[in-house]
Amino acid sequence: MSKRSLRDHSATRLSLVALTVVIVLLFLLLPLAQVLQQAFAKGPAVFWHSLQGEDPLAAIRLTLLVAAISVPLNLVFGLAASWAITKFDFPGKSLLVSLIDLPFSVSPVISGLIYVLLFGAHGFLGPWLIEHNLKIIFAVPGIVLATVFVTFPFVARELIPLMEEQGREEEEAALVLGASGWRTFWSVTLPNVKWALLYGVLLCNARAMGEFGAVSVVSGHVRGLTNTMPLHVEILYNEYDFVGAFAVASVLALLALVTLGIKSAVEWWHRDELAATRRH
Amino acid sequence: MIDLQQIHKTFGAFTALDHVSLSIPRGRMVALLGPSGSGKTTLLRIIAGLEHADGGIIRLDGQDATDLSARDRRIGFVFQHYALFRHMTVADNVAFGLKVRPRDSRPSKDEIRERVSTLLKLVHLDGLAGRYPTQLSGGQRQRVALARALAVEPRLLLLDEPFGALDAQVRKDLRRWMRRLHDDMGLTSVFVTHDQEEALELADDVVVMSHGRIEQIGTPADIYDNPATPFVYQFLGNATRLAATVQGGTAHLNGWQIPATAPDGAAVAFIRPHDWTLEDAAAGANATLRHASVLGSSLRLDVTLEDGQDIEVDIRRDAGQAVPAAGSALRLTPNRVAVFPATA
Ligand SMILES: Nc1ncnc2c1ncn2[C@@H]1O[C@H](COP(=O)(O)OP(=O)(O)O)[C@@H](O)[C@H]1O
Ligand SMILES: [Mg+2]
Repeated sequence: MSKRSLRDHSATRLSLVALTVVIVLLFLLLPLAQVLQQAFAKGPAVFWHSLQGEDPLAAIRLTLLVAAISVPLNLVFGLAASWAITKFDFPGKSLLVSLIDLPFSVSPVISGLIYVLLFGAHGFLGPWLIEHNLKIIFAVPGIVLATVFVTFPFVARELIPLMEEQGREEEEAALVLGASGWRTFWSVTLPNVKWALLYGVLLCNARAMGEFGAVSVVSGHVRGLTNTMPLHVEILYNEYDFVGAFAVASVLALLALVTLGIKSAVEWWHRDELAATRRH
Repeated sequence: MIDLQQIHKTFGAFTALDHVSLSIPRGRMVALLGPSGSGKTTLLRIIAGLEHADGGIIRLDGQDATDLSARDRRIGFVFQHYALFRHMTVADNVAFGLKVRPRDSRPSKDEIRERVSTLLKLVHLDGLAGRYPTQLSGGQRQRVALARALAVEPRLLLLDEPFGALDAQVRKDLRRWMRRLHDDMGLTSVFVTHDQEEALELADDVVVMSHGRIEQIGTPADIYDNPATPFVYQFLGNATRLAATVQGGTAHLNGWQIPATAPDGAAVAFIRPHDWTLEDAAAGANATLRHASVLGSSLRLDVTLEDGQDIEVDIRRDAGQAVPAAGSALRLTPNRVAVFPATA
């Protein structure tokens, strides 16, 4: 009887595993393969050639620049917000918690529009910006701002539940043992959340490089100047340059794979510590 | 010497500590005893500086420490759930308090290693220095927390329910060991407990708390022999509560007349089971035996008094002595009775 239930168990497990594999193949790997196939449809030479132009390179550079600015900013913002929310009490805390989710609850297009309304030529701060010869909308600062806004919740959303669960006792223990607030942050708080922080940063980075809606509204689509990779892919696609569109798309996909690779490498490197400190 | 005066603490409309005053002389082991929610943890946290009192003064060795940061108080704290640094090994946990010292007072790396290894020996954890907290049993974690707190040579050691999370046998062993350690190291310590047996067995002084107030402070013998309030009687357990009436300095209870200081009117009387004398019923019975049982060297009698109230009586039993039959008439006299106004 116990043998039978064991067999039933393994049958369930087998079908669940099979289902997962099918879903992964169908919805994740197949489209990725399709992107690569389209990119190389006319051979590697055409693929390479379509990445060589000024515009695709500018788009790749801009996307990397935007991610390089917004990810560190959101790492610091997210960490600071989670720290404040979970380790201290202050008035307006619950309001702050719901505000953090705002970028997820409004459409990215609306997020972009907010910036246009704020910084655009006819916007609230528009005249002042023009007077001082500052350009935000249809320029790189606007793209960075929109990306920072849209990707803000990723780090905080990873950290807050974890830090809430961990409580404040370890910080209090450190304090009683004579550690300064700064020291406590670096030696106790940060190491306790470093894995969640890594995941948050990876998600944030993926979205920062892939964001389309909000960036599209504030970018103005100036080729070679304000086109990020997703925007450039769309333009090429609309111009029926499929090889060009999928070539840039495959670079975007490659960047995502590289991030995943980095994550796995870091985990593998710290596998002993991970195994020992993970709760049983 | 730790001196607390009129410590007051509220959480919103709730009074967690109501003007608490307490002195802890050097070298003593003090138990804060009270039911859950009586403010024990809050008091401990205020002493450590983790919580700020709304009013009152804290003096450490004569210095006003009311506004001193927890960092600078040199008080060791063993948290109820230990709060070990989960990403650090046992050795790193114990070393933490030494490593975070400012450069000029920080021991060298070798000295720290030496100290950690001495402390781990002291708490019988040598050999586990490289483990992480998740790889330890509850008792081992507790001893790591203790070693970590002792590493900074605190002037006062605070322990919040130090034996609460452990199973019964470990608990008994650990608390005897704890007491020996306290004496050997010349510590001054305060521990929180809701277990009266633990408090009476371990502490030099017991502070009984209820609803944010101190009900009584005294040695275990004081507290047991002369509970100051009905609450202490009831919390320590092992006393029968009886209704009585006071008139002109005398309490009337089941025909007995007992000197009492309570004001005239309804009163409550507490009598311990072993504070009775069984006399010859021929002189006039005043109670009826419901049931008798032999508990080793003593006899436990469940008795109904003439006035209808039920009591428990423990009397010494000599070997071979006959056990009285249920329903027999008894004559009992209380040896010690505490009388309090009924409203108290
Ligand atoms: N931070 C807090 N906020 C609100 N109420 C609290 C807080 N800390 C403690 N209390 C309340 O104060 C009372 C005393 O708590 P505590 O000192 O933990 O009691 P004990 O340790 O004796 O069980 C409890 O009723 C508890 O709910
Ligand atoms: Mg408590």
